[in-house]
Amino acid sequence: MKQVDIAIIGGGPAGLAAALEAKKTGAQSILIIERDRELGGILQQCIHNGFGLQWFGEELSGPEYAHRFIEQLADTGIEVMTDTMALQLNPDKTIIAAGYHTGWEEIHAKAVILAMGCRERTRGAINIPGARPAGVYTAGCAQRLVNMEGYMPGREIVILGSGDIGLIMARRMTWEGAKVKLVSEIMPYSSGLARNIAQCLDDNDIPLKFSHTVTQIHGRERVEGVTVAEVDAKLNPIPGTEEYIPCDTLLLSVGLIPENELTTMAGIQMDPVTSGAAVDQNRQTSVEGIFACGNVLHVHDLVDNVSAEAVIAGHAAAEYVRKTEHPAPRKVALKPENGVRYTVPQALNLAGELPEELDLYFRVRNAYKPAVLEITADGKVIRTVKKPIMTPGEMEKVKVKTADIAQAGEIALRIVEA
Amino acid sequence: MIEKDMVCIVCPVGCRLHVVKDGEQITVSGNTCKRGERYAVGEFTDPQRTVTSSVYVEGGHMPLASVRTEKTISKAKIPAVLEALKTVRPVAPVKVGDVVLPNAAGTGVNVIATREIRRK
Repeated sequence: MKQVDIAIIGGGPAGLAAALEAKKTGAQSILIIERDRELGGILQQCIHNGFGLQWFGEELSGPEYAHRFIEQLADTGIEVMTDTMALQLNPDKTIIAAGYHTGWEEIHAKAVILAMGCRERTRGAINIPGARPAGVYTAGCAQRLVNMEGYMPGREIVILGSGDIGLIMARRMTWEGAKVKLVSEIMPYSSGLARNIAQCLDDNDIPLKFSHTVTQIHGRERVEGVTVAEVDAKLNPIPGTEEYIPCDTLLLSVGLIPENELTTMAGIQMDPVTSGAAVDQNRQTSVEGIFACGNVLHVHDLVDNVSAEAVIAGHAAAEYVRKTEHPAPRKVALKPENGVRYTVPQALNLAGELPEELDLYFRVRNAYKPAVLEITADGKVIRTVKKPIMTPGEMEKVKVKTADIAQAGEIALRIVEA
Repeated sequence: MIEKDMVCIVCPVGCRLHVVKDGEQITVSGNTCKRGERYAVGEFTDPQRTVTSSVYVEGGHMPLASVRTEKTISKAKIPAVLEALKTVRPVAPVKVGDVVLPNAAGTGVNVIATREIRRK
């Protein structure tokens, strides 16, 4: 049995930043549990640049961004268990983990930070008909094979989904000599960054078809081709629009799912929209002393935002451990209304000492151009924010003055149609 | 006279830019700020990109090290840099920032390692 102040599950960008901040805040014994052979998480396979513009003020590749955090771990005394899988999390903050080097381990923590990240949706999750030949990969799996393991998944590629990983892989496969024949996106817009459409697809003359999806995968042993069809407003394929595209590989970039098996095991209250835990402004979950941050909480578009969120959770976890008394929470729900898809935090805890301002993060449902956001407290508008544009692909942040909401029973965020 | 439409990627607004080059004169329209104009002129005269890739490492604890150009290079030079990288095989250990290919394809820009590879 092992006893620590703070156990962090996951050694990716969220876990790393949370650990360092917890240390800085004064936590004594901190443990990071990581299932991979090394720290850094998904950043290690994201070899493209564009990370760190906000956090470090310069443009880094994923591995470099991870390296800057991993370097800081030296001499902090933060313990790291790699090749170790957390198998069970209990509400009393005990963790059962199994490690390649350490075997079975029971860990007792005063506070736990959930930083498990997310995983990719697979073919099974989107039900594409056809046989089950080799050559169907998630984009992230292909990314790891090409960038870290040294294997090419195929030569003639169709990519379904225009999320950022799909776009990045379209360029990567092209640069490694493959032919990317099409990126097919079922929605009438891309969930990827405009920058990636310009620099990954346009630069390499890769066609992108909106409102198109793969309706069948052909081939028995190996993918021989896919059928692509246009979809209607309800996303159903339109008969007669089918087109056969010969290829040996289909990459799927069709969304990410926060990896919350441990979270639900601990009986933590979830947000069905984010598929992550419901948290307060300190990223504390419904179970006292368990915090969550990064992609396990909600899928982020920028790692810089993950680091920022992890700092909040790391700081709060250290404070939680330091304080012997915890005042009873006074939770006020943040309700996403008209046009706002979700907010993080999902509720504010207005008990105890509060900062002057609180940061609220949210995503909108559709593209609004221009966009007007209203924040209401008990139905009364306390803040109006105007922006030239808000899109579902970019997380938004807004500040509220604590004084404006301190007495409120319900707070709502909504988009006002122009 | 050459004309081109492009979407500005400097910020999320995504202005649709129309660029006209008449002799030495480049005119940008559709932008809503100065940064958009700078982006369009750059894209039209000499677009710059960072090239990232992975190269095989001799005797490393993992088969590949990720690499990138230290600075941006001309977009037109990307294929030459990728070709030159095919024969690059650094020997472990590799440290972040190690130059694995100096003056890549005559661009004057080095290709550096972006991750650490230990000896096997």
